[in-house]
Order: sequence, then structure tokens, then C-alpha cells
Amino acid sequence: MGKTLAEKVWESHIVHQAEGEPDLLFIDLHLVHEVTSPQAFDGLRAAGRKVRRPDLTVLTEDHNVPTIDIDKPIADLVSRAQVDALRDNAKEFGLKIFSLGDIDQGIVHVVGPQLGLSQPGMTIVCGDSHTSTHGAFGALAFGIGTSEVEHVLATQTLPLKPFKTMAITVNGKLPEGSTAKDIILAVIAKISTGGGQGYVLEYRGEAIRALSMEGRMTICNMSIEAGARAGMIAPDETTFAYLKDRQHAPQGKDWDEAVAYWKTLKTDEDTKFDAEVIIDANTLSPFVTWGTNPGQGVSINDNVPDPTSFSNENERTAAQKALEYMDLKAGMKMRDIKVDTVFLGSCTNGRIEDLRAAAAILKGKKVASTVRMMVVPGSAKVAIQAEQEGLPAIFKAAGADWRSAGCSMCLGMNPDKLTPGERSASTSNRNFEGRQGPGGRTHLVSPLVAAATAITGHLSTPDEV
Amino acid sequence: MEKFISHTGSVLPLRRSNVDTDQIIPAEYLKRITRHGFEDALFQAWRKDPDFILNKPEYKDATILVTGPEFGTGSSREHAVWSLMDYGFKVVLSSRFADIFRGNSGKAGLVTAEVAQDVIEKLWALSEKDPNLQVTVDLDKREVQAGDLVAPFQIDDYVRWRLMEGLDDIGLTLRHESKITEFEKTRAAYKPVTL
Repeated sequence: MGKTLAEKVWESHIVHQAEGEPDLLFIDLHLVHEVTSPQAFDGLRAAGRKVRRPDLTVLTEDHNVPTIDIDKPIADLVSRAQVDALRDNAKEFGLKIFSLGDIDQGIVHVVGPQLGLSQPGMTIVCGDSHTSTHGAFGALAFGIGTSEVEHVLATQTLPLKPFKTMAITVNGKLPEGSTAKDIILAVIAKISTGGGQGYVLEYRGEAIRALSMEGRMTICNMSIEAGARAGMIAPDETTFAYLKDRQHAPQGKDWDEAVAYWKTLKTDEDTKFDAEVIIDANTLSPFVTWGTNPGQGVSINDNVPDPTSFSNENERTAAQKALEYMDLKAGMKMRDIKVDTVFLGSCTNGRIEDLRAAAAILKGKKVASTVRMMVVPGSAKVAIQAEQEGLPAIFKAAGADWRSAGCSMCLGMNPDKLTPGERSASTSNRNFEGRQGPGGRTHLVSPLVAAATAITGHLSTPDEV
Repeated sequence: MEKFISHTGSVLPLRRSNVDTDQIIPAEYLKRITRHGFEDALFQAWRKDPDFILNKPEYKDATILVTGPEFGTGSSREHAVWSLMDYGFKVVLSSRFADIFRGNSGKAGLVTAEVAQDVIEKLWALSEKDPNLQVTVDLDKREVQAGDLVAPFQIDDYVRWRLMEGLDDIGLTLRHESKITEFEKTRAAYKPVTL
């Protein structure tokens, strides 16, 4: 029997294997940010250890940095201390860092791909669950905790138990107005927040092949919301075209050698996955969430579900609690939900293509007077490219707020937050209680739905505006 | 890491499923750069409600958290584990844990024992009736015991061994350092470096 893509990448990184022990895997790239690393560096210091491979490590400031006044010292003193700790650790251990104001600063999962550091067949880790993003390149990429961050810093390896494999086959062609975000929200609604637990997901099928790298990153990014630590897409011509000539992509003869290898990185035809899920893209309408976990989503054309309609008691209770928290009534139309805030950004949907798609809808239109819209590019380079294309002018003319790069309102660690009771349509990845600010209520949406919603003030699709 | 063989204590019954790590500890508390002192942050939003179970004096000494399925989903923040441990929890019992949370727990020394949902329901009912109910979680026997109730639990063999021995992962890996060095020599030249 053949091998899956995930198995191929796994096996090519085994440093040590023994019965009854986890496999020890070599890590090709370690991305680090300010929030999950300070205790790991402290651990190294306490044990008198060094960073084994500074040349396979890169640091960026993203989670708690402000998105305005970035030329001034960070006003929040606790945030400032944490960013300072990252800078001090970079200096002490001799590591590359992209600080606020640097052209390469931005959200860690936007920065890696745009520099060409995320490549097919690599193992990539970061103390952040959305590391699954880099799987869009055919890399095995997953989030780790702070103890593991310390482990990778010290040894450039991780002891891991093999994953099971699940194929997510998306057949057909996405209709106009539906996007990669809608595919992944539909996948999570189908398999639930625990469905992918213990698996690496491999997204395949016609609709996946047709996606740009940005779209593929959006999908792999949210694998973790289905419980899977990693999601992958086999590299193809789209992947190679994206990587060609990027700063850290192989050059000349190395490029040819790399591409020849990358072309072998696909699941063999006679391979059986441990599980398979099939989605039909042809009939997929934009998806939005109604509840407080990413699996609680429906088509925007549907109604808020009735909790009593769930057969499973846990789901029923969870739905009831979610509707109370979200202040929604069962049976109301999703499209009738009014929002106060629209957030466009994050490692899920803060790339240039996302900003272009939203700008195309907002061009010449106005954000509703009842709505504030915040646009936060995923990286400083995305911001620069957007400037070159005239996108900020479109957002500003529409009445939206154009910010500097960072994680921003996705997780409310910086000043960009929802206030208690405030409701958002957000292109980010989590609608957990209080995720975007204590008491805030989040509906996850695609960039197209975000833009249309900003104009009408209620959950909407672009054909309405 | 301290060795863990068996623990006996009282239970906090948390009747919730899908408890994500944002609920265990909100992002605001992740700005701290220390590894301890997160007990005040545990379930911070829910704790504002005086009726929340953690606020009930009869449960204040609980050391075993018994919760619904999909515990620890979402963000990879190990702070979630630290806040549970700092508060005094030694064990979490659930019918399903999120992968990253379970991994982080094993590294930090918090026992995550997977038991069947009907056992969870029984423990909820028993501990709601008697907040002083003493429950024993025996890692050696892989067993949860509360009065007449005896139930097996699942935990990864290797994690169990490490917890029982109180071993540090980095130290274990460094026994294979020469193999790491050998592997590094075979890494393809076209693979990227950051410096």
C-alpha cells in the first residue's frame, strides 16, 4: 500500500524511533512570537542551554502589538514588557527577529509564507495553534505549547506520536460568492470541533486544486478548529509559482532539485486514509457561525437553529448556552442579525487577496452608520502591497479604519477589542466566548460577507449591495 | 517534574462541553512572562458569576476537575495548564481532550485521564450530591475510584511512564544527541535557513 503525504513528510524527519517511545522528529523551521516563548527562554537559561539551531528559528512580534502609533513605545506596559522580553531573548540567543516597524514584521503565519520560508515537505512548528496554516504548502506544520517551544529551541526536535490521516475531499466548483473560508466553516460544521482530533487532515479534490495559495492557507489555518493539529495540501504548480523567487526560496540548481522533490510529495494513489469526508463545493453557500465554537455554523441562508433539534445532549446544552451568550433566538434568520463591528484581518483572512476581495465590494460604497469596520493587514508587507494597489484609500473612503499589522481583534490581546455585548462579523477563526474582548459576540465570516455586512449592517452577501 | 503515582482528592464538577482554552484563561493574562501565579486567571470570565461552581465554598479544595467532552480546544496556550495547576488541580477527567492541551498537560505534569462519558456523568452526580466525595486517580492501575465506582481510564503509555518517573523531556531527548547531529548532516542544502 502507498503512503499519504503526511506519512511521507513524517518519515523523512525521523531522527530516532524505538518501540514504546514516541518518534523523535527533526524540525525544519521554528517560528516564535512574544506570547508563548518567554517562559521557554527562561527554561533554557535556568538549565544553561543554548538555542541549538538559531539558523532554523525566527521571531516576530504579533499577538499583543498595537495597530496604531507603532512608531511610539507600546502604551500598555505589560505588553511592552513582553515584547521587550522577546527582543532581549533574540539578542541573548543570537536569533533573527522582526520587530514592530520592520518591513518583515507581521502575524507569524503570514510572515513565514511571504518570505518563502514555508516550503513543501518541511516540518514547521510554532507556539501557536494556527501553525497548521503552513500545511497549505505541503509541509507538516502544527502548533505546540511552551514546554515544546523550549524543547525545540534546545534540541531542534520533538518527540511525537504518529497521527492518523483523514482525507477531506472537496469536489466540484465553488459558486460565485463562496470562498475558501466557507469550505472550512462547512467542514468544521460537518465534523465538529473534535472530529479531526488525532488526525492530520489532507484537503484534496477539484475545489481545493482551484484555490490560490491564500485560499489554501485559509483552509489549513482552521484545521485546528476541527480538532486536527495539522492540515495539508499536496504542492502543485500553484505552490511552486507562489514560492518562485521569494527571498528564502531555493535558487538556480537548488530550485530544480527542490521542485523535483516537491513533486513527489503527494499521497500515493493506492493509499487508504484512516477516515474520509466528502464535501460538495457546487452547492456551498457562504457559511457563518451562530454560536460560541467554530463548529456551530450554518449557511447564511439558514435560520438560527433550535437547540432542541440536536439529538446529542451535550450539543443541545452547548447550543442553549451559546444562544444565551450570543443573545439570539432560535428560528430567526441569520441574515437578520445586526452587527456593531466588522473585523477584516487575522492569520486566517489578513492576506492581500482577502483585502482585495473586500475592497472590490466596498469600492464607492459606505460602511453603515451603525457599524465600525477595522481593517488590519496580516503583515507590514501586505500593508505596503495594499498601499501600492490603492486599497487603503478605498477602505478609508468607505469609512473603515485602516490599521498596522498584527493579530489585533482576532484575540483581543492588544487594545483592539469588542466591548461587552458588542457583536462582530469577523474574518478571524474563533467565536469563543469573550475571544475578541470580554462579553463580545463573534460571528465568523468570509471577507466577502464581512464587506457586504459592513455596508448593510446585518449579515449579508455581496449580491445584496 | 514531581512524580505522580496516585492522587486522592475532591472533585469540581464542571457541566460544560467544548471548554476552550480562551475560557480556561483569557488572552489578557498571557502577557505575563512568568510561569507561575496564574491561579487568579482560571475561568476568569465565568468566575464573575457568583453562582459559578468554582466560587462555591464547598468546592474550594477540589483537586480533580471533571468536565465534558472536547476539553481544552482552541489556542495552544500552555498557560491554560499552568492556571489549572496553580489553582491546585492535579487531574482533569474528561471523555475527550483536545490534542495540544493534552500534550501540554503531559509536559507540565497535569494528569489528563480519559474516561467514558457515563463515568463523567456519574462523577458529576455523585460530587454534586456530596462535594466532599473523595476520588482516587491511580496512574499505576489506570483507574478512577470513588466509593463503589471503579472505572478504567485511558492515557498514553509513554506519557504515563514519564509522569510516574517525573522525567524531563529535554533530558530524555538529549540522550539521542548524536543521532540529531547525524540527521542534521543529511538535511537538503536547498532547505531554507533564517540567518
